[in-house]
Amino acid sequence: MECVFGLVGNGFAIVAADTSAVHSILVHKNNEDKIMLLDSHKLIAASGEPGDRVQFTEYVQKNVSLYQFRNGIPLTTAAAANFTRGELATALRKNPYSVNILMAGYDKEAGASLYYIDYIATLHKVDKGAFGYGSYFSLSTMDRHFRSDMSVEEAIELVDKCIVEIRSRLVIAPPNFVIKIVDKDGARTHAWRQSVQDVTTASV
Amino acid sequence: MSIFEYNGSAVVAMVGKNCFAIASDRRLGVQLQTIATDFQRISKIHDRVFIALSGLATDVQTLYQRLVFRHKLYQLREERDMKPETFASLVSAILYEKRFGPYLCQPVIAGLGEDDKPFICTMDSIGAKELAKDFVVSGTASESLYGACEAMYKPDMEAEELFETISQALLSSVDRDCLSGWGGHVYVVTPTEIKERILKGRMD
Repeated sequence: MECVFGLVGNGFAIVAADTSAVHSILVHKNNEDKIMLLDSHKLIAASGEPGDRVQFTEYVQKNVSLYQFRNGIPLTTAAAANFTRGELATALRKNPYSVNILMAGYDKEAGASLYYIDYIATLHKVDKGAFGYGSYFSLSTMDRHFRSDMSVEEAIELVDKCIVEIRSRLVIAPPNFVIKIVDKDGARTHAWRQSVQDVTTASV
Repeated sequence: MSIFEYNGSAVVAMVGKNCFAIASDRRLGVQLQTIATDFQRISKIHDRVFIALSGLATDVQTLYQRLVFRHKLYQLREERDMKPETFASLVSAILYEKRFGPYLCQPVIAGLGEDDKPFICTMDSIGAKELAKDFVVSGTASESLYGACEAMYKPDMEAEELFETISQALLSSVDRDCLSGWGGHVYVVTPTEIKERILKGRMD
């Protein structure tokens, strides 16, 4: 029941993801970070098969760094998104990755952008996007309250509304979420929304 | 549900008097969920040849990239643009190359040939060309489109009348198909200009 969603505001993009690592009926951990920093101004929020998710996003991250080392300048968000789509498309008919991706980034010329990349390599630039069962709730909530050029506070309010909706209406809803933001000052973790803390075992 | 109906699409092309019109819907969906309402299905190969691809969105994007590449290579070698008939044969060959693992798209190709004579054709996902003198259709709404076009079409329409006819045919057909719609995108191409228009239909 992985939930990933994101939206674009005024000069920034926000992505939120649940943080449960689940295996069948067991929750391994409650603070698994599914939003990776691709470089200083890009975020990649991924959901899907856990092995594929980590392997593929790390592969994209390393290739984005390699481009920067070789060429001296970072990739734009659009270029990184198209690279990701290309890798997914090539693998699709050989050894497909089951990873859905929301890529958020900030470029000086293009501003903030959000790209929706399906596990079958469908790429689309969007203002708001979501994956998983949570998308049935978060997309509708965002459709209702989203306006273009929202401020950070308004966007966080909207993200919180989505999280509340997911928590109340999704059976086996994930308890914890992480919210990350990317703007002209870079990509960083904005907040956590935790209703269950990871309990460390007490020493006997 | 068939894999051709995974994303939803509706595409139509019509012949007029020394002009042609090509139109598509704008919905990008994942089965029952709508992801975006501004998906580009029609692409310009050059000023006198357009291709619209219906079917699985990831293959639409991959195939479009391959075709643009092949056309650019042709332009470099031949120092001229491809004729629409030649382009259609190229698309057919590329699709048949993958006969036993095909691209899941059905293209509609429209162009102005020698002496500004309009050319339209469609093909199935393995490249079986279907030339027509009046109109061609493709996508999840194809059956409705056949009916609407047959009723509304008349030969030798001028550009403005052709635009009206193709728009009405498209909008009335996608209204009967839940997987396509959310507006329309129409290109009317004459020897002197390309007119691109966005239609607002029932947004549902």
